[in-house]
Amino acid sequence: MDKNYLETIRNSKPAQFGILILIFLILYFLIPQSENNYLWRLPSVLKGIPLAINNVIFNALYEWFPLKVWDPVFEMYEEKAAFREFTKAVSQGLLFLITVVRELLLGGDKIIDVFVSDSWLKENDWLSWPALPWTATTVGAFLLGYQLNGIRLGLLGGIGALYISVFGNYVPSIQTLSFVLITTPICFVLGLSFGIWGYLDKKVETALQPVLNVMQTMPQFAYLVPIIALFGLGDHAGSIATIIIATPPMIRNTILGLKRISPEVVEAGLMSGCTKPQLLFKVLIPAARRDILNGVNTVIMQCLAMVVIASFVGAKGLGLNLKIALNSLKIGKAAEAGLCIVIIAVILDRFTKAWADKQKDYFENLTFFQRYKLLIIFAISVVIFSIIAFISGGYFDKINYLYVIPIEKGLTIAHYIDGAVDWVWETFFYSLNSFNKFLLTQVLGPMKHAYLGMPVIATFTLAMGAAYIVGNSRTALIVGGMLLFIALSEYWDRALITMYMGSFAVIMASLNGIILGSIFGRTERGGRILLSFCDFFETFPSFVYLIPVIFLFNITDTSVLIAAIVYATVPATRYTVWGLKSVPLSLHEAGTMSGVSAFQRWTNIEIPIAFPTVMLGVNQTVVFSLQMVILGALIGTEDLGQIIFGALSRTKDGAGVALTLGIFVSLIAICVDVIVRNWAEERKKALGLA
Amino acid sequence: MSPTISCDSVYKIFGANANKLLADSNGSVDAKQFQEAGCIVGVNNASFDVEKGEMLVVMGLSGSGKSTLLRCISRLTDATAGKILVDGEDICLMNNKQLVELRREKMGMVFQNFALLPHKTVIENIAFPLQVKGVSTENSMYKALEMVELVGLKGRENYFPRELSGGQQQRVGIARSLAVEPDIWFLDEPFSALDPLIRKEMQDEFLRLQGVLNKTIMFVTHDFDEALRLADRIAIMKDGIIEQLDTPGNIVLNPATDYVKKFTEDVPREKVLKIESIMDPKDTNASDNLKVSKDDIIESVAEKILNSKEIIKVIDPKDSSEVGSINPSKVIKVLFGG
Repeated sequence: MDKNYLETIRNSKPAQFGILILIFLILYFLIPQSENNYLWRLPSVLKGIPLAINNVIFNALYEWFPLKVWDPVFEMYEEKAAFREFTKAVSQGLLFLITVVRELLLGGDKIIDVFVSDSWLKENDWLSWPALPWTATTVGAFLLGYQLNGIRLGLLGGIGALYISVFGNYVPSIQTLSFVLITTPICFVLGLSFGIWGYLDKKVETALQPVLNVMQTMPQFAYLVPIIALFGLGDHAGSIATIIIATPPMIRNTILGLKRISPEVVEAGLMSGCTKPQLLFKVLIPAARRDILNGVNTVIMQCLAMVVIASFVGAKGLGLNLKIALNSLKIGKAAEAGLCIVIIAVILDRFTKAWADKQKDYFENLTFFQRYKLLIIFAISVVIFSIIAFISGGYFDKINYLYVIPIEKGLTIAHYIDGAVDWVWETFFYSLNSFNKFLLTQVLGPMKHAYLGMPVIATFTLAMGAAYIVGNSRTALIVGGMLLFIALSEYWDRALITMYMGSFAVIMASLNGIILGSIFGRTERGGRILLSFCDFFETFPSFVYLIPVIFLFNITDTSVLIAAIVYATVPATRYTVWGLKSVPLSLHEAGTMSGVSAFQRWTNIEIPIAFPTVMLGVNQTVVFSLQMVILGALIGTEDLGQIIFGALSRTKDGAGVALTLGIFVSLIAICVDVIVRNWAEERKKALGLA
Repeated sequence: MSPTISCDSVYKIFGANANKLLADSNGSVDAKQFQEAGCIVGVNNASFDVEKGEMLVVMGLSGSGKSTLLRCISRLTDATAGKILVDGEDICLMNNKQLVELRREKMGMVFQNFALLPHKTVIENIAFPLQVKGVSTENSMYKALEMVELVGLKGRENYFPRELSGGQQQRVGIARSLAVEPDIWFLDEPFSALDPLIRKEMQDEFLRLQGVLNKTIMFVTHDFDEALRLADRIAIMKDGIIEQLDTPGNIVLNPATDYVKKFTEDVPREKVLKIESIMDPKDTNASDNLKVSKDDIIESVAEKILNSKEIIKVIDPKDSSEVGSINPSKVIKVLFGG
């Protein structure tokens, strides 16, 4: 009898979870809250880590591996650390590349300056690369789109460029574009190389996984301070921050794509007589093209999502304008800059996809002019528009509108947006305010209090217990180890606040996503529309989400949480739709013939089958929520993010603090990931889907 | 003349310490013992020759090692032990460069799931082996266009594989494998992924092509009927061992093992056997009214023979010389048993 009872518990996950929660509650209420009680809070023995990291960075920069370097100004050899010379070279190289693209489009004399002496350039101030007039750029965007996929894509490019120019965002847009045009290829090459290496060598792949996990889950802010320390401020620093964020998905997509190639295709390549390089470049990479291009697409989107954050380390362009507008609470201006980012994102997205699908015709017999028709038209239009712009320079005084329309002279609808915001604010002030108050005092306040009142032993029991139930003892040890690292630092309480905000956002976003996805994702059409909404929202840089909420809910936890929930609902929705789509038609038919109601279909067929996929969405939701919660530090929260953000102005140990706390946030995300992924895998196996 | 392909005691054993286990076993490999030691036996002591212009069909159920054997001979996997001679050269000893050369000049292969490059059009797929060889784009495209016509896909040169039906895709696979005009043609269950009707059509097409091209062929299938239809000789495999290797007629008439017998039991003999396999020696009483070829399938001439009610001459179609005779009673026996 007793044995049977134990057996039941051993086999029933809900019973195990019940017991776990019971133990958790007992610990929660029994452990006294006292600083001397190690069951309540662990001693912060790892306090020194941020400073240690900092020392490593500074030693690397100023002491390790000294080299003799010729200083042309003082005309003598100087001792300089090799690493610093390296970072300097990287910075200068990147900056040079960005400047080249920028000047090619916007004009200037910085590039010429590299090849001639300063003084000679000053004497000859006529010597300056002319700007590409926006008219020519618009024609170029149209022709490129036309060449890639016909008139519709041409119009998208042309109208997009026209809008940007006429609304006065030409200069910052080109600055952002030059940033993307340099950063994306670097991410592509890095990601592809590491991806191929990981595909060819299992050991490399195993080593890459945890590194990629940390890189992808670390809040972007955490990179900024170390990057400033290592590379200084400027466009190149923004580019480096973006490379760190955007390369991991490229690596993952490459590995995924290569692994998905059927072994027969590889054999076909070998039997066709491919050498190893031919197999790699003519068979493997092209066959994995779809996934690799998805990677490129993600990279471009990440680049654009990073433009605002990159502006914190000195990147110019739309991101900087958006940040300035937000700082001075000009919501209309901010929205316009945000719209330009979205337009560029959409255009680049469609262009790259069309380029990927382009087909070659081997039997067409074209003359030189036919073949390069569009290029010639573009060249001619550049010349004509340049001449027109140059001549009409005499007609306009001061501002030549045919070159560039400056931002203060462009069309604008900012004041309409501002008016709309004001109207909402005035009309709904009381209801919004009382909702905000209710949420803060009745829900968020108590929740935060409850999290902070959690003894450390109770937290560990809960996390490790859950990990053990869904996985095994190894899973539990991994989760415990990662949490221990945080618990032994002086930031445990802050981490608890991050967890409270994160878990609230994750739960709400997952619920939203699952409900939205279930309602609209049931029909083919509804699912498609919902997914295109997801695409649209995902092209918004995360920053943009903060704009409306600040206005509606002031600077409170509510604002940050609502932004996080909206932001994180996107992946939850997307994966729910995918999950529902993965339910085989035969199962639906079986359900219909069994006479299920709509609700029964949902609970008995759709949700169980879609569950593993939905869980992967929840996983994404965790990462998205944490990103936004940390980003919330910009408008004032008191979790880990606040200190990471604060570290931007701490010179002594800022880099160390930011990195350490960044890793903490990423550890929290990875803990959840380990548990959720195990759970999903187990369900997959149980359903026979693995 | 030496055979085109010659295998001598070829073994393929998967697993970490396959080499050591094989060395200890002195050539007598027991699949069960190996499995307990963590190794899986793919090919177990295969020895056979394939003559120039011959079509050898390797037949076996899934897991019998037939595809593994094919991959050893094309060296897509390395055999664990044994000698594999192609035109007298041991391919197991070849380095990577020689191997690439061999495949570019002498070998072509067709795959079960077509294995077309998804990013290339029909014509690009077919031209691929030529292009990796370094043939100019123009020449390779014209050669590929010839191949497109050969397999009857004219007009679909610029389609992508995803836009074609299974049968059409396999035609592309066949055209690609023939583009470099190889002497040796490997086909790994080429028609298994196709519908029965299309399969029949493709088999006919394949026989037509072989009639024109006369390649040395190794053809892998799990379909015994297909093997009977196509083969000059059939090798039947089970658990990595070749159970029997013989002409279709001999396999049907004299199955070597119980396992082979299971396949042959339900085969209608008149549809497989040639007159040759049931003919008697020359008979002076034979009628002059009717002659049948020794290569005729029994079924196709049964009606004629039975209607004549006499002993009939059997001739060799090559030189029309008389090689034997056939008694209608023999035909009745094959058709109705007894």
